[in-house]
Amino acid sequence: MSDQQLRPAASGVPPAASGVSSAPGEVLSVVRGEQNGASGDGGAQAGPEAGVRHLGQSADGGPANSARPSAILAQDLRKQFGSVEAVRGVDLDIAPGEMFAFLGPNGAGKTTTVNMLCTLVRPSSGRAWVGGFDVVAQQAEVRRHIGLVFQESTLDEYLTAEENLRFHAELYGLPRGQVADRMRQVLEMVGLWERRRDQARTFSGGMRRRLEIARGLLHSPRVLFLDEPTVGLDPQTRAHIWGYIRELRRREAITIFLTTHYMDEAENCDRIAIIDQGQIVALDTPAALKASVGRDRVEIRTADDDAALAALKERFGLEATKAEDAVRVYVAGGEEFVPKLFAELGVAIHAVNVARPTLDDVFMSYTGRTIRDAEASSTERALGNPWRRSAQARTRR
Amino acid sequence: MSTPSPTQRETEPVFAPPRPTAEIAAVRVAGGSLSGDLRAISVVWQRELIRFARNRLRIVTSLAQPVLFLFVLGTGLSTLTRRDVGFDFRTFMFPGVIGMTVLFTAVFSAVSIVWDREFGFLREILIAPVRRSSIILGKALGGATVATLQGVIMLALAGFVHVPYNPLLLLTLVGEMALTAFMITALGLMLASRITEVQSFQVVIQFFVMPMFFLSGAMFPLSGLPGWLTWLTKVDPLSYAVDPMRRAVFAHTHAPAVVQRLMNPGVTWGSWRLPVWFELVLLIALALAMMGVAVWQFARSE
Repeated sequence: MSDQQLRPAASGVPPAASGVSSAPGEVLSVVRGEQNGASGDGGAQAGPEAGVRHLGQSADGGPANSARPSAILAQDLRKQFGSVEAVRGVDLDIAPGEMFAFLGPNGAGKTTTVNMLCTLVRPSSGRAWVGGFDVVAQQAEVRRHIGLVFQESTLDEYLTAEENLRFHAELYGLPRGQVADRMRQVLEMVGLWERRRDQARTFSGGMRRRLEIARGLLHSPRVLFLDEPTVGLDPQTRAHIWGYIRELRRREAITIFLTTHYMDEAENCDRIAIIDQGQIVALDTPAALKASVGRDRVEIRTADDDAALAALKERFGLEATKAEDAVRVYVAGGEEFVPKLFAELGVAIHAVNVARPTLDDVFMSYTGRTIRDAEASSTERALGNPWRRSAQARTRR
Repeated sequence: MSTPSPTQRETEPVFAPPRPTAEIAAVRVAGGSLSGDLRAISVVWQRELIRFARNRLRIVTSLAQPVLFLFVLGTGLSTLTRRDVGFDFRTFMFPGVIGMTVLFTAVFSAVSIVWDREFGFLREILIAPVRRSSIILGKALGGATVATLQGVIMLALAGFVHVPYNPLLLLTLVGEMALTAFMITALGLMLASRITEVQSFQVVIQFFVMPMFFLSGAMFPLSGLPGWLTWLTKVDPLSYAVDPMRRAVFAHTHAPAVVQRLMNPGVTWGSWRLPVWFELVLLIALALAMMGVAVWQFARSE
C-alpha cells in the first residue's frame, strides 16, 4: 500500500507561502489543510486539501529530486556552549522520504545538531528549516510536524502504553475521532497492541523503545528524529528495532533522521553524514562513501605467489604484498579488477576475495582515527544536553 | 573522489529560505488554539489523577502523618488543657491538620515535576506544540485536585474530634482546601522550577514546608506570641489558609467564649482582624502571582 500513498509535500508550504508572503491567512490555510491530512487514518495519507501540494512518495525514498522542497534544510548551523563550539557550521539538505543517518562518535555534535533541528536548542548562528518551517521563528509548527525519539526514555512508566499514547495525542491535538484508530495502528506496527493496558515500567528496554517510536509516529510527523534509537539495547533487540524502522518506512511516508555511532546501522540509510568535532566531514550514500575511500582489498591465491607479485607490478603497476598464503593488493573498483586479473595476470589463480571498505574505513579515512578512538574524547554528554544531568542517577536505579 | 558537500549536491536552489518576520503571529494563531490548550491542560490534569489513584501506598502513607499529629500529638497535648471547659483541643487542631495534609500533598505533587525531569517525561511534555502555561496550569490543577482529595479523606475523621458533619461546614472546608491546595501547588511549582535534582527536594521540605507548617497556626493559636514570631507568622501564606478553616470549624462548634478568644484569634494586621473574604482574596492573589512566576520560569528553562 505504501507506494501509492499520498502525503503533503514535506514542506506543503510552498516557498512563496511560507516565505516572503506576509498574509497571515495564507499560512493559516496551509496549516489547517495539513492538520486534516496529517492525522488521517491508514498511515498518514492525506486527502486533497486546498493549499497543500501532494507528492507521490516513492518506495525507495531516494535522495532529493531537486524539484521537491527539502524535509530538512540547514545552512551553516552553529552552536556555541560557552567557549566551546559544539557544532561548527553544518549544512544539510534532506529530501522528503529520505532515511538519513548522522554518524559520529559521542561528542561530535550529533545530539546538539538534532536538538537545534527539533527546536530544543537555539542555534548560535545559521538557519534551519524542518518540514519547511523555520526552527527558530516557527517553533510550534516545527514541533507539530516532527516526531522525536530520544536516547533516554521519556515515557511515564506509571502510565500504560495506551495512556502514554493518549497523553501524546492530546498534547498534539489529534482529532478526537481518529485517536483510537491511529493508536491501534502504531501499536500494532511495533507489536505492542496486546500489551497496551500494561504500565510502561513492566516493559523491557526494547519494548519501551518501540513504544516511544510508536508515540513519535502517533501524530503522523513529516520527519521522525531518532537519536541513537538502539543505544543500550542488546544486539537481538537492536535487530528487532531495525526491523520496525524498516517496516515503518514501508508503511508511512516519512523522512527519518537518525543519529548513531553504530556503523552497521548507518549502513541501512539512504545517505550518511559523518560528523566529527562539530563539522560534517563527508556526506553521501553508504556505497559512494565507501567508494570514496578508493580502494578495495583484493586477495588472490595463486599457483605461484612470487610470480603473481611480479606480474602485478609489471602489468598493473600495483604494489602487492604477501599475506599469509595469499597475495594482497589494494585497488579501486575491486570487482571490476578481478576479470582483468584473470585475463592478464598470466599466473593460475585458485581463489579470489574482494573486500569492500567498511564504514569504519570511511570514518578512518575522513577523520584520521577510528570511531572508537574518537569516542574516548567525548564531551557531548556534558555539553549538548542539559537533560542528561541525571544519566548517572538513572543507571543506578 | 571528493566528497560532495550538501549544498553542491543539488545545484538548483531547492528551497527559498523564508523570511520569518511576518508570519509568526499567524502561526501562533494556528498553534495556540484555545481548544488545543484546554486539551493539554486537561490531559496533564488527568495524568496527575491517574498517578494518584494508582499509587495507593502514597495515599496511605501521606495520611499517616496527619493522623499521628491529630490523634497522638493532639491527644497528648489536650492533657495540658483544662478539661472542665468542655472543649476538645483536637477540635482546635483539626483545621490545622487538614491544612497540613493539603500542604504536604500539594507540595509533593508540584515537586513531582522534578521527578518528571529526572525520568525524562518532562521532555516529552516540553517539546509538545502547546504553551508552557497550559502545561503548568494543568499540573497545578492536577496537584490541587489531588491535595484536595487527600484533604477530603482527612475530613472524614471530623467526627472523632467533635467536628460536626454539617454539610455547609464540609462544603466550606472543601472549598477552602481547594483554594489552599492550588496556592500551595503554585508555590511548589515555582520552587520546582529552580530545583534540578531530586535530592534538593529535602531542602525544600526543610526550608519551606516545615517552617510554613509551624508558622501557620496549625498547631497553636497565633496570639500572644513574641514580636519576631508574630511577624514570621504573618509572612507565612499558609496562615491565611488555616485561619478561614479554623473559623469555619469554630462557627459550627459550641466553644465557650474564653476558648474562642484564646484559640481562634484570627490573623491581625495591626489591630485589624482580617475578615475571611479578605483572606480568601489574598490566597487567590498569591496563587495567581506564584503561578505567573512558575510559568515565567518554566518558559525560560530549556
